[in-house]
Amino acid sequence: MAGLLPVGNVLGRLMMVFSLAYVVPIAGSFLFHDGKAAEFAWAMLVTMGAGGLLFFATRRHYRELKVRDGFLLVTLSWLLMGAIAALPLNLIYSHLSFTDAFFETISAMTTTGASVLSGLDHAPQSVNLWRHLLQWLGGLGIIVLAVAILPLLGVGGMQLYRAEMPGPMKEAKLTARIADTAKALYLVYAGATLLCMVSLRVAGMSWFDAVCHAFSAVSLGGFSTRDANVAAFDSPAIETVLVVFMFFGAINFGTHYLAWRGRSIRTYLLDSEVRAILVVLVAGCLAMAAFLHSSGSYRDLSTSLRHGIFNTASVALGGGFASVDYTLWPVLAPLLLLFLSSFTASSGSTGSGIKMVRALILLKQGFRELHKLLHPQAAHQVKLGHAPVPNKVVLSVLAFLFLYLASVVGTAFILVATGMDLTHALGAALACINNLGPGLGTLGPAGNYGTLTDLQKWTCMFAMLLGRLEIMSVLVLFTRSFWRK
Amino acid sequence: MKIIILGAGQVGSSAAESLVSEANDITVVDTDAARLADLQERLDLRTVTGNAVSPDILRAAGAEDADLLIAVTQSDQTNLCACRISRTLFNLPMRIARLRATDVMAYPELLNDDNFAVDYAISPEQVVTDYIVKLIEFPGSLQVLEFAGGLVSLVAVRAVEGGLLIGRPLKEIRKHLPKVDARIAAIYRKDSPVTPTADTVIKPDDEVFFLAATRDIRQVMSELRRTDKPVKRVMIAGGGNIGFRVAKALEARYQVKVIETNQARSEWLAEHLSESLVLRGDSTDEKLLEGENIDEMDVFLALTNDDENNIMSSLLAKRRGAGRVMALINRRSYVDLLQAGAIDVALSPALISIGTLLRRVRRGDVAAVHTCRRGAAEALELVAHGDRKSSQVVGRRIRDLPMIEGAHIACIVRRQSPGSGRQHGEPPPADSQVIIPRADTVIEADDHVIVFLVSKRLIPRVEKLFQVGPGYL
Repeated sequence: MAGLLPVGNVLGRLMMVFSLAYVVPIAGSFLFHDGKAAEFAWAMLVTMGAGGLLFFATRRHYRELKVRDGFLLVTLSWLLMGAIAALPLNLIYSHLSFTDAFFETISAMTTTGASVLSGLDHAPQSVNLWRHLLQWLGGLGIIVLAVAILPLLGVGGMQLYRAEMPGPMKEAKLTARIADTAKALYLVYAGATLLCMVSLRVAGMSWFDAVCHAFSAVSLGGFSTRDANVAAFDSPAIETVLVVFMFFGAINFGTHYLAWRGRSIRTYLLDSEVRAILVVLVAGCLAMAAFLHSSGSYRDLSTSLRHGIFNTASVALGGGFASVDYTLWPVLAPLLLLFLSSFTASSGSTGSGIKMVRALILLKQGFRELHKLLHPQAAHQVKLGHAPVPNKVVLSVLAFLFLYLASVVGTAFILVATGMDLTHALGAALACINNLGPGLGTLGPAGNYGTLTDLQKWTCMFAMLLGRLEIMSVLVLFTRSFWRK
Repeated sequence: MKIIILGAGQVGSSAAESLVSEANDITVVDTDAARLADLQERLDLRTVTGNAVSPDILRAAGAEDADLLIAVTQSDQTNLCACRISRTLFNLPMRIARLRATDVMAYPELLNDDNFAVDYAISPEQVVTDYIVKLIEFPGSLQVLEFAGGLVSLVAVRAVEGGLLIGRPLKEIRKHLPKVDARIAAIYRKDSPVTPTADTVIKPDDEVFFLAATRDIRQVMSELRRTDKPVKRVMIAGGGNIGFRVAKALEARYQVKVIETNQARSEWLAEHLSESLVLRGDSTDEKLLEGENIDEMDVFLALTNDDENNIMSSLLAKRRGAGRVMALINRRSYVDLLQAGAIDVALSPALISIGTLLRRVRRGDVAAVHTCRRGAAEALELVAHGDRKSSQVVGRRIRDLPMIEGAHIACIVRRQSPGSGRQHGEPPPADSQVIIPRADTVIEADDHVIVFLVSKRLIPRVEKLFQVGPGYL
């Protein structure tokens, strides 16, 4: 247990920094006079106090973090930040159980966007602001943010960064120092979010809605300030803006940074992940629109196109906004959407799931095996762009895929065992692990997760965390060798 | 500072390790991806895998906006080409190259801007050789570091029972040596520093660092040890790059025996050494050592490129009666383990040669940087520039300078005739005055000031103190 103390020290500092985030909902509360500032201020004090206490109690044990401390710190900090972020929700909604509040915040921070709250349209503005801010913070990662702004993480920063950043190949750094890399990523992220806010305002949202939706769009979260989600706005302009910024969020932020630094759009076109996502997305959207039109779901072609494109893009990229209840479409459509959501996002983006780069590597490895059948003597290397992919990466991708599928099946099994039917269970498992949000049936965009039992909620939370931290970072804590001295 | 290091070998990785902590952006280039992965795992830096002379690789490493290129690959050719390419294509402002072949250095015009464009050539082997030769010239010393172009030396010795100053307070040194000006810069007792004051008493086994004019070194050393008998016979195990150079430098003054395993190499050594005796055999073979009178040897040097071999052969030589044994040990943990134990001096080539490299990276006018005690302490030679207005040190008494805990001014070298148009980096003339400063000594412009620091963390603060303000042109 003594090994936990240095991690506890860093956690204490993280909590103290995290408590600053409460400034946003407190300011929002004063601005909109919703009378909830006291609750958020309390939560802020508790967070800062608890963090300070933890920090001082363990300050003598502070040392440079080791690799295994990194994994522990990342998973623990997500859990702990989720738990303390739930505090103001518990204070404001007295009927809400801790499980429900925790579910809401974990769902927010992992950018899943599955909600147990209803009556969002009339909820205090500060609560909505807080939920959306959590999505934004979770989008690129709280640890990456900490690495960017806290010098304390030092050399161990790279290990932490790797434990949180999604993707199979994380050794490439944009800048010489990890703190600068993290800063660069957050700069791009914040810039895009600001641009999204302004665009949404121009497209017709109120400033409050624009801020909230910008937070949840770039982070691919999918929370909305309305129960009816984006459908409540019924505006093609808003939907267009959201699709553009969700697409931005689903691209590797490293690629964004390089493109911005080189002032060149070519960077995107040279990136095989971006190209693949573009192809899959365009093909998926058009196929969906054609399917909707031919199956007669909508009367005219332009409505089919509008809903086909928006919902396909939103679900495939892992956002989870919906402009209609797509679970009412013929059953092939929502299934196809869930399937697309499991891989249509870049590594190093705010999206989740398998990631396009892994899908590409597996596809190419598949072709390589076929090629080998015909030419047993051929020397053939899997390549991405023009760079060869080392065999050990291919193997790690295979292992990841296995664990991913096992997690989906395992989650679905538990949900079925606790009384859910297969369609709902599978939908929820995929929606949680892919950090998508809306699943199938009553868990779709029109319903919410409030009907689940507590055990089912905890199962879903675990699945969300697995999906956000890319399975390995969490599962490594459950290996025996991790805890062995 | 943005720095590109070419080559992740011994020199490259220790340079990276020393520089990474000081807020530098470092990119290391090497062809060996596994070695780079290991380096990136340990240190916060960026790596690029590829050939160091490829313009594309250099561009990927950030040559376009880098401030300094350190080319320390195994190959002289690569290092020279990389400097030329980075000058021509990227206009990289400062380039340092490692050169094994010392004959190239004899033609400075080859290295100027029209040719290979190398600002500073360093030869780690030569630096290590010079270091070893000095240790032999001063028997009993653990480390001899030169400042101000050789005028002043910092010497580390282990105090031995029987030395005149042992068991007495430091202020008595003046009584023993009325004509010599020396300063005890630091004392390490059981690996922790003791701040030397006038009343500090030196005990046997203390590691004492003192500074004095180079010509006075021998006299001061005799205060701390019984007079060591001068070295006559030296045995060198390993006739590689360093072994050969050391033998070459020593053979005129001492009886030198070189042991080399490789047949072809030993023949080559015999051809190129005139006075030394070259023996073909294994340095861990005790029969060979016995047969060559190891017990008569004043110094045994283990200089092969194999750490374990060096350690074993030195232990063997010590056991068989060799006077002082020194071993070249690359792995730092071994150095800490063995120094002052069975092996008299454990030499870390990386630590020895890194100083020459590091002084180019320092801000302000730094003439020398030396690492003492395996990296625990540092000695800096800085040049004071400017005047009372622009500089924080010039024209001020030492007692009026801001105190930095753990750093103190150990020596000042002042030129006799006021210098005119002194070149950056040029050592002071041989007739300069060596001043051991007191609290009321006033620092003048162009003084070379030698500062001893107990920790390398203090370096930036000392550098800042010596930087001239914006008013000075």
